[in-house]
Amino acid sequence: MALTNDTIKLKLQEKFGEAIIDIAEPYGMLTFTAPKDLNLKILQYLFDEEELKFRFLTDLQAVHYPDRKGEELMVVYHLHNLVDNIRIRLKVYTDVKDPKVYSATALYQSANFMERETYDFFGVNFVGHPNLIRILNVDEMDYFPMRKEFPLEDQSRVDKDDEMFGRG
Amino acid sequence: MRPVQFNSKLKMVEAPEGMMGDGFMATSFEKVVGLARKNSIWPLPFATSCCGIEFMATMASHYDLARFGSERVGFSPRQCDLLMVMGTISKKMGPVLRQVYLQMAEPRWVLSVGACACSGGIFDTYSVLQGIDQVIPVDVYVPGCPPRPEAILDGFMKIQDLVGQESLRRRNGDKYKELMEVYGIQ
Repeated sequence: MALTNDTIKLKLQEKFGEAIIDIAEPYGMLTFTAPKDLNLKILQYLFDEEELKFRFLTDLQAVHYPDRKGEELMVVYHLHNLVDNIRIRLKVYTDVKDPKVYSATALYQSANFMERETYDFFGVNFVGHPNLIRILNVDEMDYFPMRKEFPLEDQSRVDKDDEMFGRG
Repeated sequence: MRPVQFNSKLKMVEAPEGMMGDGFMATSFEKVVGLARKNSIWPLPFATSCCGIEFMATMASHYDLARFGSERVGFSPRQCDLLMVMGTISKKMGPVLRQVYLQMAEPRWVLSVGACACSGGIFDTYSVLQGIDQVIPVDVYVPGCPPRPEAILDGFMKIQDLVGQESLRRRNGDKYKELMEVYGIQ
């Protein structure tokens, strides 16, 4: 019997019970949310379980929701089952004042650079990462550019005409 | 056998004005050196993004850059005269570009090709250096996004004009020293 979204849902709920919330299937891809303490346990379960076999981490990113107070930063893991060709998405929410999430580098080597990029742009502190430093931006940068509170434009220009940018 | 006649219309560079005599010609040294330098510039293409592709088109046979004397493009700064910066330079790349410029030997010129190298272009953002003249002194700016090969050639010809007319003492003079101070280059 081929693996379907319903089977995955059942197995997850059987194992983790009430911790899996917000299950949705946008465009056919199963998406669920979990508390941040369980993220490694869920990833490990999805990896080890013979029927599930989600052994490929496609993407690890973050999104900043400034309106959700107390859980502004969301780290999202995209996993792929290469044998049955099923993808799922795991979302984990964390606070912007103290964003700590357990690092998935022990399980997936590819998470190393992706977590560095997420740290560089959102400031999410991955506990247990071997080398969490900036990867794409200049090392001396002291803010996190992709958070919605920071300006996109370079603040060092003095010759910009405010009228042309709608600010005059 | 018919004699082969390919390039029978040779174009020669104009000789500088001077005194001609029987078997000799006397001109000013600066003019001769300028003439020699400008027609044999060895460029260093620092091609980063899309403008680099336009440069490839410029070097190709249709818009030949080699007919201006730059047949040999070197990728080593120690052997080149002209640093052609083509493409977006991010803030992380700034120190690298400066290092390449510092490794060039005098006399050296810089040609900034494309909107991104001249002023950051459309990328007015936290990661892009808003113009390479924040890190190195630039001689000629070629605007365009990307500039057509003809525009790059036009910029190159302006560099040739600068090279041909440059005084041999310019690099030792005070004004040049002041310029280098502004950039923090010894």
